[in-house]
Amino acid sequence: MWLTNSSVGRKMVMGVTGLFLVLFVTFHVLMNAVAIFSAEGYNAICSFLGANWYAILGTLVLAAGFVIHIIYSFWLTLQNRRARGNDAYQVSKRPANVEWASQNMLVLGIIVVCFMIVHLVQFWAKMQLPELLGEHIEPGMYFIETTFSQVWVLPVYLIGFIALWFHMTHGFWSAFQSLGANNSIWLERLKATSNVWATIVCLLFAIEAIWFTFML
Amino acid sequence: MESNISFTLKVWRQAGPKEQGGFKEYPMKDIPTDTSFLEMLDILNEQLVEKGEEPIAFDHDCREGICGMCSLYINGHPHGPATGATTCQLYMRRFHDGETITVEPWRSAAFPIIKDLMVDRNAFDKIQQAGGYVSFNCGGAQDANAILIPKTAADEAMDSATCIGCGACVAACKNGSAMLFVSAKVSQFALLPQGRAEAARRVKAMVSKMDELGFGNCTNTGACAAECPKNIKLSNIARLNREFLCAKFKD
Repeated sequence: MWLTNSSVGRKMVMGVTGLFLVLFVTFHVLMNAVAIFSAEGYNAICSFLGANWYAILGTLVLAAGFVIHIIYSFWLTLQNRRARGNDAYQVSKRPANVEWASQNMLVLGIIVVCFMIVHLVQFWAKMQLPELLGEHIEPGMYFIETTFSQVWVLPVYLIGFIALWFHMTHGFWSAFQSLGANNSIWLERLKATSNVWATIVCLLFAIEAIWFTFML
Repeated sequence: MESNISFTLKVWRQAGPKEQGGFKEYPMKDIPTDTSFLEMLDILNEQLVEKGEEPIAFDHDCREGICGMCSLYINGHPHGPATGATTCQLYMRRFHDGETITVEPWRSAAFPIIKDLMVDRNAFDKIQQAGGYVSFNCGGAQDANAILIPKTAADEAMDSATCIGCGACVAACKNGSAMLFVSAKVSQFALLPQGRAEAARRVKAMVSKMDELGFGNCTNTGACAAECPKNIKLSNIARLNREFLCAKFKD
């Protein structure tokens, strides 16, 4: 199977799942924004994404996207370490136009995953999970209020968003490159789009977290 | 403006493929700045021979930047600090008096060290043999003007074909990936009608040989293109991905 056996195929899997996750975080940040403007609207979205068949299906697809992306990332990194060999260079310099993020994607990804686990425990484990188990749950706004009233939450979230920003600025255009949808002209355009998209998403996330901490 | 500089050369010495290697320092006195880097190594080797020591082994051939034989990872860059130039095109005026210059071999599992600064780059030949050519039938060649090729395609194919296969891309890559080399070789044919006929077979064969030889997976850091002495563009890798994925989806 060339999606597992060939390097180009493996990178395509990384690209496709990565772009899917970019769409997911974009949807997520827009959904959060509703909570700033209307508590009822946000509660409605939460109940809509509860224990319904389409929400469960969506959650499963999303989880699959995450799991494949994460498994492939460790697998690719192990292969790349082996290809690189055991002897490191004594002196090694990063060329000017090589992004720092591009050489630290695994570390950035691990930070994002750690943040995600904290986030899932705080929200998903109290929202969709108990609902699936048939328990009664509070409306969505309740969890935002209780979570962000804790002092340590905001700094942890901001660290997660910063890591996500670095991860996305490289990941977005890199996915197009891996899928072959790139050339010398589009390379610069896609890099600019990466930066703009990642900045909008992560800045909105940060604004929302700050709003929930201080304005509710 | 020629002047003389003195510096310390820190060179990787390794007696053989299985031997334990290490750095050795050599003080260099009054080297003219118009000396090329390889000439400077020649001067050092002459001194070593006179002293009865083993000279430093390093690859070199044409010394005019077209054969792809010279390598050397100098001060953290493949082919040294100059851009768009090979080691043999590097001159000592790039360095300063009193500096320590670190010279290492290419480091990648697919390029094992033979001796000192010399590495085995046969893997590239094997990838080429897997499909980096155009098959021709016997008989008279047709008139060149019978096949029309747009100027832009011809230029881009020519740019890709300037790859000399030195392996700097692999040396620069934190993943030990050979994608820039393979993509240049795939592109130089894929862009031209004569190469299109076998494009799908070629890209599949070359990628599969590249993977088999233990090169890493490309993560698009772009270090390869930044360090390439022939300025091979990163867009070649996108073209390789495109050619490969299209060929696989057609199967």
